[in-house]
Amino acid sequence: MQIPRARLTVNHMVHYQARLDSTFAALADVTRRGVLEQLGGSDASISDLAQRFHMTLTGMKKHVSVLEQAGLVTTEKVGRVRTCRLGRRRLEEEAAWIERHRQLWSARFDALDELVEHLNRKEKADAQSKRK
Amino acid sequence: MPKAKESSPVAMNRTAVERKSDRELVVTRTFDAPAHIVFEAWSKAELFQRWWVPKSAELSLLSCDMDVRTGGTYRLVFRHPMSDRPMAFFGTYREVIPNERIVWTNEESDEGAVTTVTFEENAGKTRVTFHELYPTEAALDEALAGSAEGLPEQFAQLDELLAGRS
Repeated sequence: MQIPRARLTVNHMVHYQARLDSTFAALADVTRRGVLEQLGGSDASISDLAQRFHMTLTGMKKHVSVLEQAGLVTTEKVGRVRTCRLGRRRLEEEAAWIERHRQLWSARFDALDELVEHLNRKEKADAQSKRK
Repeated sequence: MPKAKESSPVAMNRTAVERKSDRELVVTRTFDAPAHIVFEAWSKAELFQRWWVPKSAELSLLSCDMDVRTGGTYRLVFRHPMSDRPMAFFGTYREVIPNERIVWTNEESDEGAVTTVTFEENAGKTRVTFHELYPTEAALDEALAGSAEGLPEQFAQLDELLAGRS
């Protein structure tokens, strides 16, 4: 029971969804979420991050690469240092995904709220008139 | 009793949405009424169709048949202005415990979700948890694409919101 779908799906939405999949996979790991939180405070190099999370450089490189592929992080190499920062746009897409669902369900549940309030009042009024 | 519409705290009217995993969507909200009333609004076709389709969705519900009991079936037929043919959504109620829980399937495609809605009453209020479990990650993503298209003006609002932030 949901709003009709599929038949109206446009191409760019499919691409958008494929990108979202990699984003959610990237977010499924506790270290990677920690890295994002850290980068939310300030940019950092891969060796900074490796140190902070008590990991080898190679291990941290792998995590950063997953985040980078998901578009959550961008990196830039200057000299010998690779600096990581948050990929802002992708985080907004995450928020947008949730927001779209919230819009639909808020609309539904606002209407349900009104109906339930009406039914509740009616039941109370009926109970009172019976008591009299 | 405070009047729900004007003076209830914001938290009470909050619709919370969470992607619990790749294949699960969870929506929760608390309603200011006992569980049997919320259950009634969810299980009687003539009441259900008054709230399930958002006014902004441009969809019309042509028919709504619901036999809300374990093993019973439902069938909703919609018309969308962009489509010539009506679209039917149907499935089976796997488990129905009055005033507590409804579990149903979506059978119009292989990728349909299993949905569980629970009603928990506490001090005269009812917390509703709507939980959808899709067979694949892609199916959940696609369900979003469909529902978002159902709400074009909300898309526009969102685009504005995001444009303002970036």
